[in-house]
Amino acid sequence: MAEKVLMKGNEAIAEAAILAGCRHYFGYPITPQTEIAAYMAKRMPKIDGTFLQAESEVAAINMVIGVAAAGGRVMTSSSSPGISLKSEGISYLAGCDLPALVINVQRGGPGLGGIQPSQSDYFQCVKGGGHGDYRNIVFAPASVQEMADMTVRGFELADKYRMVSMILADGTMGQMMEPVSLDIPEQKKYDKPWAVTGTKMERKHNIVNSLSLIPEELEQQNFDRFAKYAQIEENEVLYEEYMMEDAEVCVVAYGIAARVAKNAIVAARAQGVKVGMIRPITLWPFPKKVLNAAADKVKAFVTVEMSMGQMIEDVELATRCKKPVLLCNRAGGMIPTPEQVLAKINEAGGIN
Amino acid sequence: MKHKRVTLFAGHYGSGKTNAAVNYAFALKNEGLEVTVADLDTVNPYFRTKDSEKDFAEAGIKLIASEFANSNVDLPALPAEMYNVVFDKSRYAVLDIGGDDRGAFALGRYTPSILEENDYDMLFVINCYRPLSKNPEDTVEIMREIEAASGIPFNGIVNNSNLGPETTPETVKDSFEYAKSVARLSGLPIKLTTVPDFPCFEGIEGFGEENGELLKMKLQKKII
Repeated sequence: MAEKVLMKGNEAIAEAAILAGCRHYFGYPITPQTEIAAYMAKRMPKIDGTFLQAESEVAAINMVIGVAAAGGRVMTSSSSPGISLKSEGISYLAGCDLPALVINVQRGGPGLGGIQPSQSDYFQCVKGGGHGDYRNIVFAPASVQEMADMTVRGFELADKYRMVSMILADGTMGQMMEPVSLDIPEQKKYDKPWAVTGTKMERKHNIVNSLSLIPEELEQQNFDRFAKYAQIEENEVLYEEYMMEDAEVCVVAYGIAARVAKNAIVAARAQGVKVGMIRPITLWPFPKKVLNAAADKVKAFVTVEMSMGQMIEDVELATRCKKPVLLCNRAGGMIPTPEQVLAKINEAGGIN
Repeated sequence: MKHKRVTLFAGHYGSGKTNAAVNYAFALKNEGLEVTVADLDTVNPYFRTKDSEKDFAEAGIKLIASEFANSNVDLPALPAEMYNVVFDKSRYAVLDIGGDDRGAFALGRYTPSILEENDYDMLFVINCYRPLSKNPEDTVEIMREIEAASGIPFNGIVNNSNLGPETTPETVKDSFEYAKSVARLSGLPIKLTTVPDFPCFEGIEGFGEENGELLKMKLQKKII
C-alpha cells in the first residue's frame, strides 16, 4: 500500500484524475468544488497537461467534447448550478458516445441556492438532466478515499463503455480532509478507433456527431445504447452492505448521509434494534437486486437523504413497494443528525 | 516560547493554520494574557476560526471575523474592526491568514503597521502529509510566495504534520527529517511542533529543542 497523504475530497479527485492519465481539465470556479480547479491549475502545467479556466460552464463542457472526440482522457467539474449549465453538453456527449468524467460537488438548491452541502441533484444526475434517452454512470463516494478510487473507476468505465461517468459528491465530501492512499493501479489502455486523430491518409474519416436526421438510424442508435446500458446494469453495480445479516429495518443512504446513518445504526444496535444499511456506491446502475432481495426479509426501509426525497423513488421501484419506505431528510444545505436518523429507524422498527 | 504581541499563522492551503491559531490563542489565554483572534481568511468560506466562536466567548477570547464567515455568503470581506488588531496594542493578537499566497494578499493591508510595531512572530505552518507540500523544496517555494504576497518575512516554523484522525506519535516523528530540511533551506527555527489531543499522545511533553515547543491541539471539528 502506498503511503498516505492528507487531502480534501476535491483535491483527491484532482490528483486521482491525474494519476489515472487525465491531462485535460476545463472548468469554471464555483464553491464548493473550486479546489479541483485550483489543484489542476497548479499541477497540470508541471506535467505537460492542460488546465483551462473557460469563460463559462457551457464553454468548458464543449471543450470536454473536443478532447473526448480526439480520444483524450478529460474531465470537468462544477457544483449544482454549473451542472445545469453543462447539461446540454452532457447530452451531446451521450449522443456522440464519448467518454468523459464530470464531477458534481453538490450544494443546496434550487436556483443559485447556497454553498452548504446537499444531495438534491439526484434526479438531475441519475435520471438524465439533459434531454434525450441516455444514462450516465453515477458514483456516490462516502469518503475521501472513495473520491479518489471512484474517479479512477469513473475514467475506466467511461472509456470501456464510451459514455459519461459522473461523481455525485456534496460540499462536505469535497471539503473534508482525510488520509488517503493514492495507490492507483496501472491503467488499462482502451483502443479508440473512432477518435478523430487524423487519417494520415490511411483510413476513412471518423465522424463524431450527435445529429442524425434519419429516424430509423437514430432509433437504432438508441436501441444499441440501451443494450449497452443493460450490460452495465448487469456488471457494474457497486454497493456496501452493513449489518444486514439479521436486519429488520434497512437504511438506504449514500455519500455523507450514509456516514451519518452509520452512526445512527451503531446507536440503534446498542439499543437492541436490528437495523442495517445498503449503501449504493453507484446510483446508476442502482443496486436493484440486493434491495429487492432485502425487501423479502426486512419490515421497512428508511432512506436518509439531503433532499426532499429523490432516491426514495428508486428504492420503491427496486423493491416493488413490497415494504414501506420512510424518508428521513434535511434540505437546503442542512445535514441530518444521527439522533434524527435514530428516531426514524425506531419508527420503522415499530411497523408491523 | 516568549510570546510576541502579534502572532501570525500562514502557510499552504489545508496545512492546519486555523487549528494551530485557535489552539495557540487558548495557550496564550491560559497564561493569563488578553487575546484577540483575527480571522483574515478571504479564500475559504468553510472551516474558520468562527467554528470556535462559542469556546472563545466562554474563555473570554475576543474574535474578529467577517460576519460572512461560515455563512452562505461566499464574500471575501474583512470587517473594519480588523484594524483594532494593529491599533489596540494592549491585547495580544493571533492572526489566522488564508491559505497560500492567494490567502496572504489580504494581510498586506495591515503589513506596514505590523512591521512598524515590530513585535510579531510570522509563523509558517507546514504538514508533510499534504501532497503539494510533501517535499521541502516545494514547501519553501510556497513560503516565498506567501512572503511576496503579504510583505512580511517569516521568522519561524510550526510543524503541524498530521494525518487527521490517523495521526500517531510515529506520524509526527516521521516528519522531523522533513521539518529539519525546511528549517535548513529557509534558515528559520522550528518554533512549535503540534500534536493532537488523542490518547496515544498522552505523556508526550516535547520532542527536544530542535523541534521547538510542543503545542497540544484540540481539533475544531467533530469527525463524521
